[in-house]
Amino acid sequence: MESSSSSAAAVAVAAEREPTVSQKEQWALESQVFHIYQLLYNIPPNSQAAMLELQRDSHMEYLVKGLRHLGPSFSVLDANRPWICYWIFHSIALLGESVDIALENNAIDFLSRCQDQHGGYGGGPGQMPHLATTYAAVNTLITIGGQNSLASINRAKIYSFLRRMKHTSGGFSMHEGGEVDVRACYTAISVASVLNILDEELVQGVGNYIVSCQTYEGGIAGEPGSEAHGGYTFCGLATMIIINEVNLLNLASLTDWLVFRQGVEGGFQGRTNKLVDGCYSFWQGGAAALIQRLHAAAAGSASSEVSDDEDSSDREEGQPSDDESSIPIRRHTETEPLFQSQALQQYILLCSQVEGGFRDKPGKNRDHYHTCYCLSGLSVAQYSRSKDADSAPLPGSLLGPYSNLVEPVNPLYNIVLDQYDEARDFFSKAPAL
Amino acid sequence: MFRIRSKVKYKKTNKRRDSSTSAEIEIEMDSDEDVSTVLPLSQRPEWSDVTPLPQNDGPNPVVPIAYSEQFAEIMSYFRAVYLADERSVRTLHLTAEAIHLNAGNYTVWQFRRVIIEVLNADLHDELDLVEQLASKNSKNYQLWHHRRWVAEKLGTEAVSRELEFTKKIFLNDAKHYHAWSHRQWVLLNLGGWEDELAYCNELLEDDIFNNSAWNQRYFVITRHPKLGGIEATLDSEVDYTIKAILTKPENESSWRYLRGLYKNNMQSFVTNPKISTLCLDVLTSKVYPVFALSLLLDLISNGFEPNQDLKNAIEAVVPESNSEGLDIAATICTVLEIIDQMRVNYWGWRKNNLHSQVAEGVANLNIH
Repeated sequence: MESSSSSAAAVAVAAEREPTVSQKEQWALESQVFHIYQLLYNIPPNSQAAMLELQRDSHMEYLVKGLRHLGPSFSVLDANRPWICYWIFHSIALLGESVDIALENNAIDFLSRCQDQHGGYGGGPGQMPHLATTYAAVNTLITIGGQNSLASINRAKIYSFLRRMKHTSGGFSMHEGGEVDVRACYTAISVASVLNILDEELVQGVGNYIVSCQTYEGGIAGEPGSEAHGGYTFCGLATMIIINEVNLLNLASLTDWLVFRQGVEGGFQGRTNKLVDGCYSFWQGGAAALIQRLHAAAAGSASSEVSDDEDSSDREEGQPSDDESSIPIRRHTETEPLFQSQALQQYILLCSQVEGGFRDKPGKNRDHYHTCYCLSGLSVAQYSRSKDADSAPLPGSLLGPYSNLVEPVNPLYNIVLDQYDEARDFFSKAPAL
Repeated sequence: MFRIRSKVKYKKTNKRRDSSTSAEIEIEMDSDEDVSTVLPLSQRPEWSDVTPLPQNDGPNPVVPIAYSEQFAEIMSYFRAVYLADERSVRTLHLTAEAIHLNAGNYTVWQFRRVIIEVLNADLHDELDLVEQLASKNSKNYQLWHHRRWVAEKLGTEAVSRELEFTKKIFLNDAKHYHAWSHRQWVLLNLGGWEDELAYCNELLEDDIFNNSAWNQRYFVITRHPKLGGIEATLDSEVDYTIKAILTKPENESSWRYLRGLYKNNMQSFVTNPKISTLCLDVLTSKVYPVFALSLLLDLISNGFEPNQDLKNAIEAVVPESNSEGLDIAATICTVLEIIDQMRVNYWGWRKNNLHSQVAEGVANLNIH
């Protein structure tokens, strides 16, 4: 009893302390965001629809312009050009659009010049191959799609590059002499998986390395000991699912950490007590979508043990082949998303969206990276209650006018579903190495 | 070896791009750090034997960057010497010029490391280079990777400088991800643990919501070679954390840290009376209750049986929340569904999965 009242007193006294840096920053952002939301709440429904509208035309203009020309300030991204390609092409695909065939061919040609003679893609022509730019290049080529694009990928050489990047820790180095972290694991495994060149040599030790990166908070860090972080959590979780070792992770604590990353603003933060940022709409939202599918798969297999499963034929259609991830991608939900889908969409559309592109948060400038990941997060949120991976969202899932609907993605690779299907088909028929 | 230097200093305001996201940011910079690039390479006699190699962008590249003349020239010379694999003093300097123009070019950094090894160049110059670049833009993987490589070569003599360097970064940004990873690497590989826990205390004193500092604290108590691990520090850490929680019950960092202390020790967690007292205190004080309720849910899932005071306090959070006469764990879920709206689906899922959790939790108790 005594300790109870003195603790209560301590609580009351402490509440009067000077706000910390974290608190000040958080309150400043909340104030900006809620001001924007107030604008929305105070206008009639017709005007609300307009305010929530996805500005397709202006985004397309911004994206295509970037494909054709980038100013000198982009020199600091001169070692990341395949990334810029991916951010732009993937965004265009999410909008359900495409560019003219000449531009597509230019992109295929450009990326082939980024390919190293010994395998892998670098940040630009003549640069060393790098796992992240390899991931970006491969994803771009798959997003563009078609015979020429997919055939331009030298699988055998990429395989040998991935083998060279394998590290003694079980993880991968980003490039020769480069850093080892969870991002490297994801980019390597994702590429290997999507190109159908994943094997035991590449997978060996990856699971244990990623497990060692799960922190006491439940999320996953870039390296063992570092802080749980949304980007690395997505990378770690997706990798574990692809290599079929997700049960080595403590999924309960991962889930608990993850759901608390959605802030009052509706968007996601990357780490505990940090500010929300539009790009985490995909890193955290996508991770949440993956967990939702794991739950649905677990529930599905549990029920099939108990009774005759009438839907077993549906489920078989969804079962991937042996050498793929073991969760069904197509038929996944009759479960609710773990996050508030409408709140996330609201943050993306009202706080991140600008006239041509998307940004981290109000006050920050737009960029292609945020455009890509805000749109990807929007897709994940819109389809979070769909019965099937590519069927229309249930009413009430979509925020804003119906024209806001974007294309669904495969959240493991963040590739638009139709394009992923085409690639999966193409590479499953490709010759064994 | 000489470099052209001008004594002209001028400030320019530059629009730069964040090198990981491509967002535009405006910064002011001093000119003298890249003054040595004022004279084009083609006009420098010491480079007259090299033919610059233009970039193989093809006739119609996508995402073409409108490089400045200076940038294009330096990179063309770099390509030439990189292909020729020339490892010399002049190419060492050239990599510095290229890096100043684009610190994200990992090929240039990697080649620089090759040259450093061959020439046995002064590693302290490398530390200076990284510090200079970090002051312009410290959110760059290549810079930190290079720093780590250098520090590894220098060995234990680098400890205090590395710890000071990261501390300086934290003055501006106490949650800088790369800097924390680097600091951890230094501690693990070079040592310097003596004042680390005290440093965590300091940072938490400044900002108890600094999750990076909490994470570092966990790192110290689990990896410090002389503290004895979690088992040895558990009691004092629990007391420290409970105090922090009571100061700011809405601070997620401290609650997660508390759970982290008992990560592999669920039985002790469930049976430690301080934990249930803490939850009772928080619930009866009518401050932010979500984390206390969430913690209680986990404890109950692991066999904890709350007393009547605690049950009353739980139900008091939302009066009439247990009109259905549910068991206490389900009640907690119901309460959370109401007061923690953003996670309504999560609490609903927890409610539907209580039995499997309890079974799993009880099994855990038996094992330990």
